[in-house]
Amino acid sequence: MSTTVTAPSEAPVFYVVDEHPHPEGHSTALGFWIYLMSDCLIFAILFATFGVLGGNYAAGPGPRDLFDLNLVALNTTMLLLSSITYGFAMLAMDKDRVKATQFWLVITGLFGLAFLSIELYEFHHMIAEGATPQRSAFLSAFFTLVGTHGLHVTFGIIWLVTLMVQVHQRGLVVANKRRLMCLSMFWHFLDVVWIGVFTFVYLLGMLR
Amino acid sequence: MRRLRLLALLPLMAALGGCKFEVLAPTGDIAAQQRDLLVISVLLMLIIIIPVMALTIFFAWKYRQSNAEARYEPEWHHSTQLELVIWAAPLLIIICLGAMTWMGTHLLDPYRPLDRIGSRTVLAAEDRPLEVNVVALDWKWLFIYPEQGIATVNELAVPVDRPLHFRITSSSVMNAFYVPTMAGMIYAMPAMQTQLHAVANQRVESRGFSANYSGAGFSKMFFAFKAMSDSEFTSWVREAKGAPDPLTRQAYLELEKPSEAVPATFFNAVDPTLFDAILNLCVEPGKMCMKEMMAIDAKGGAGLESAVASLLPLLHDKHARRGTVFGGAPSYVVGICTPEELATALTLSAAGSSEAASRRVDSGPVTGAGLPMPGGFSPALLPAFTSPLLPTSEADIGPRRPSNS
Amino acid sequence: MTESPIVESTFLLGRFNLQAIPYHEPILVFTFIGVAIGGAAVLGALTYFRLWGYLWREWFTSVDHKKIGIMYMVLGLIMFLRGFADAIMMRLQQALAFGGSEGYLPAHHYDQVFSAHGVIMIFFAAMPFVTGLMNFVVPLQIGARDVSFPFLNNFSFWMTVSGATLVMTSLFVGEFAQTGWLAYPPLSGIAYSPYVGVDYYIWALQIAGVGTTLSGINLICTIVKMRAPGMDMMKMPVFTWTSLCTNVLIVASFPILTATLALLTADRYLGTNFFTNDLGGNPMMYVNLIWIWGHPEVYILILPAFGIFSEVTSTFSGKKLFGYTSMVYATVVITILSYLVWLHHFFTMGSGASVNSFFGITTMIISIPTGAKMFNWLFTMYRGRIRFELPMMYTVAFMLIFVIGGMTGVMLAVPPADFVLHNSLFLIAHFHNVIIGGVVFGVFAGIAFWWPKAFGFRLDPFWGKMSFWFWVVGFFFAFMPLYVLGLMGVTRRLRVFDDPSLHIWFIIAAFGAALIACGIASFIIQIGVSILKRDKLRDTTGDPWNARTLEWATSSPPPAYNFAFTPVVHDSDAWWDMKQRGYVRPLSGFKPIHMPKSSGTGPILAAISFVLGFALIWYIWWLAAVSFVALLAVAIHHTFNYNRDFDIPAEEVVRTEEARTRVLAQANA
Repeated sequence: MSTTVTAPSEAPVFYVVDEHPHPEGHSTALGFWIYLMSDCLIFAILFATFGVLGGNYAAGPGPRDLFDLNLVALNTTMLLLSSITYGFAMLAMDKDRVKATQFWLVITGLFGLAFLSIELYEFHHMIAEGATPQRSAFLSAFFTLVGTHGLHVTFGIIWLVTLMVQVHQRGLVVANKRRLMCLSMFWHFLDVVWIGVFTFVYLLGMLR
Repeated sequence: MRRLRLLALLPLMAALGGCKFEVLAPTGDIAAQQRDLLVISVLLMLIIIIPVMALTIFFAWKYRQSNAEARYEPEWHHSTQLELVIWAAPLLIIICLGAMTWMGTHLLDPYRPLDRIGSRTVLAAEDRPLEVNVVALDWKWLFIYPEQGIATVNELAVPVDRPLHFRITSSSVMNAFYVPTMAGMIYAMPAMQTQLHAVANQRVESRGFSANYSGAGFSKMFFAFKAMSDSEFTSWVREAKGAPDPLTRQAYLELEKPSEAVPATFFNAVDPTLFDAILNLCVEPGKMCMKEMMAIDAKGGAGLESAVASLLPLLHDKHARRGTVFGGAPSYVVGICTPEELATALTLSAAGSSEAASRRVDSGPVTGAGLPMPGGFSPALLPAFTSPLLPTSEADIGPRRPSNS
Repeated sequence: MTESPIVESTFLLGRFNLQAIPYHEPILVFTFIGVAIGGAAVLGALTYFRLWGYLWREWFTSVDHKKIGIMYMVLGLIMFLRGFADAIMMRLQQALAFGGSEGYLPAHHYDQVFSAHGVIMIFFAAMPFVTGLMNFVVPLQIGARDVSFPFLNNFSFWMTVSGATLVMTSLFVGEFAQTGWLAYPPLSGIAYSPYVGVDYYIWALQIAGVGTTLSGINLICTIVKMRAPGMDMMKMPVFTWTSLCTNVLIVASFPILTATLALLTADRYLGTNFFTNDLGGNPMMYVNLIWIWGHPEVYILILPAFGIFSEVTSTFSGKKLFGYTSMVYATVVITILSYLVWLHHFFTMGSGASVNSFFGITTMIISIPTGAKMFNWLFTMYRGRIRFELPMMYTVAFMLIFVIGGMTGVMLAVPPADFVLHNSLFLIAHFHNVIIGGVVFGVFAGIAFWWPKAFGFRLDPFWGKMSFWFWVVGFFFAFMPLYVLGLMGVTRRLRVFDDPSLHIWFIIAAFGAALIACGIASFIIQIGVSILKRDKLRDTTGDPWNARTLEWATSSPPPAYNFAFTPVVHDSDAWWDMKQRGYVRPLSGFKPIHMPKSSGTGPILAAISFVLGFALIWYIWWLAAVSFVALLAVAIHHTFNYNRDFDIPAEEVVRTEEARTRVLAQANA
């Protein structure tokens, strides 16, 4: 590795004279991606746990007794729609249209809330029937996996509201655009994880 | 092999005369083979490690700054041939070691029945191994001899040169069953069964112990290991038969309570289903066995009603099992086959349910895993605001009719 | 404490009450008095000299990677002393508890000591040490002015402090886990560990884990995005390479720990059945998961040490590193393989022979790149001019000691051999052999090597050599007996013994620990003496070792902005190349430099996290709710601050650089 860029005869350049500072937030996208991958690993562990323990009903109810696919389909629709509306928000942001951005963010948030409400309803229903997280390892793994996703959505909504206030205060400045971009990645990431949950937990659960 | 053994032991023996190197000088064939593998792998690695250490010292000395005569080549930093050598040399050693590991691991797999009982004695096909069931308790060892119909605590006797088959489990937490003079260790895990095939080749009195930390009494969790001749073994069994008590399920439930430094104890008879029940966590009457549970699970669970209907508050389970602060009372799945069991279960839960309100969430500590509470035990109170989360009235936690008997 | 107190939960204080204070335990009372007097003295001195404002402004809230790096080292050192105190207590107990004697520690106390020793040494001593060195050195080595996310860096540090403080709190309030450093269930479940010990363990690691993960993300971004022009990946210094791999490992493994501990938390707080015996739980899944994190963790610690040894060997041999490319590939191979070996920590679980041999062989394969590295260092010394300064002495000691540890490691990787040595003192000797010989010696080499860069004066060589010899000799006395005891079939974590033939070995080991204590004392004396003699040991050149990488191109200590002009790199030994080809230090044309602003949010968030952790441990739910809301509020409030940067004016840069010009002129005169 002794190759040098300049031949010894030329006067080598050893420092940058006319330097431009790194633009603000130049590594944010990369950093946020890495963060998402680390979060993805948490979900991977929860999925793996569900994979190992998902069949241990402890002589209690199994997925077929508990899951209502119609409800889950509705729930999935809410989350998928919220991803689409977030996409519209980003399109509006690219055109620097503050009001349209805010509008689509509100819609996204509402879909997120709808998703959470349906999920909470499902949880409440199951717990009322006695299918609590304590009943069996299957239920522990189910509630933890789905609940962790739900917690992420909750924090996503808190973040979304915060960002809406910030966009309201300062408009679509570079920093806010970057933040909206990060939340966008986060939101779509949650969507992807949910597709995993939907397939792996609900659909495969009904087939078990 | 014999020569290798001597080679490995001589210098150590000379240097450390008085010590008992049980791992390096075992009296069982399996442990001896494991020791051989150890020694061979060390020798193989020394082929590369001794030169590296010698070169390190030599280079450090030769190229010291004060030695102006040594060559100094500040720009020399690459040599393809040398690179090949430094990657290939460890690679070759690892290929040898890897092959040896593959064979050794398969040959010495503790689950594999023995095909020899010594380096020269091949096992005849009709030689059946002696069965011993091992249970790690808090903090003592229970050995059940199903063929002889006896059980012992903290004393394991085996006949010399007879293959042994251990089935190992634990009652509460993880332990490891290890008799260094006989064979390597294997974990003892609750609700799981491990196996070990081994043999003792010499008459010896040594000790076995738990090799995995299991709580406060762990340091004294060892047992006498006695390898004896066939006739001695027979009389040992006879001695055990003369013990006063049998090991019934009730006696076992008493025995499994935590205790330390328990002297060797014999039981003249054993409930033949006991080990299976321990393994399946259903020694207590009326509790569903793991294997039944798994059979139901394999069919897709027991239906929606089973969510609550098949549960009883778990009051008589493990001495130490407590509820969690948000999780409510521990409970268990009922498996009832006989009217007696039903009656017992109902009595237990009925007796328990009145206590349940106060005992349900006991967040207090115990010394170690479940020794009796020091001093006067007072039931823990819930933090006031969590109580709505938990059922408070007796109706919520009272006994339910088991539905899946 | 001989017994845990009996607790009634109350609304206001949760499980906490006066009995949680171990005032009936003389050892802890005296420790507490010592800590209280020492702490009061330090606090008094700080107040007397009016240093609080200075510390808060210049250090605690600083986002300067150099200061954060130094603070990490201070934290590591403090926790190292605590962890070592635990080690001494264990050695003493095991040396005393013979012939019917119970020693001086009851099981309840002894079991906490060995659990705390492992947890503290790995998470709160070794991790801060390597993170501190990476934080300090990496931006300098790649010619950057700070890390990618300077605020996050400060926050990460304080989260680590918060976790460490929780562990320290457990000493005087309640108890620590009595489960061993990995807290295997079911023993660590609520059924068998009902009191606060395991909860301290969980929340300390969770809080510190947040910091570690974020710091990993930060350093990856820094290395990927902020290298000086001309420094492509294969021109990065080896320490930067090993740091990159380490941080990739951190980001790819700490989330596993987080998730695993979260499941254990659910078992303990919510009564779920992940790792219980009953109702479908499976404790062995925890063991698998924790080691999927745990084995990469080993390499998180050792890879930076490998990087340090590479820099040190090449610097003090006056040579380019032999086989840079193969060194880099070896590092990357180790990084990947470290995920394929976790099961070797529990061959005795009873998985089949094929599974066991797969994991045994992958483990052995790791020794190939490691062996190649060893040869690379060896041939870097070959035909060099070796100066035996302290860092180089540690490196040679490392090479001699580490191969022994590597050999015993491969022995343990042969499953049938592991069946007789697993969980024995042989295993303890093995991993102390690699961690002391590798990580600790690496950290000491790194401290001695980069100290002049950080503080502008060298460390006193006499006391350094004293420390070195005490450590090396002490290591052999302390751990070779453990190898012997392991071969005699002695298990780890035992508290009392009744076989008198073992006694002598424990006494030798205790003697070794005493020697190591002298080594640590010498190290602290070395720092004290060096501070007193700092004028004599002053480094005016910025390059006291005639070194090779970019951090030596700037002054010692470096200015806040590191480099007045961003360097341009042509070679993997960039500074050596600059020196060889007549680099002239620029004296004019300075411009304002854009830098991040300090922020107090990091320490505040970490303090609230501490309160949250404490409240969760003691079941003080109102406090947990309040502190959680506060945590969210402060974090959100922080995002409303858009004004996070400032410019160091050109005049200040000129002033700083002119001062350096004068110093250099004086030195040359």
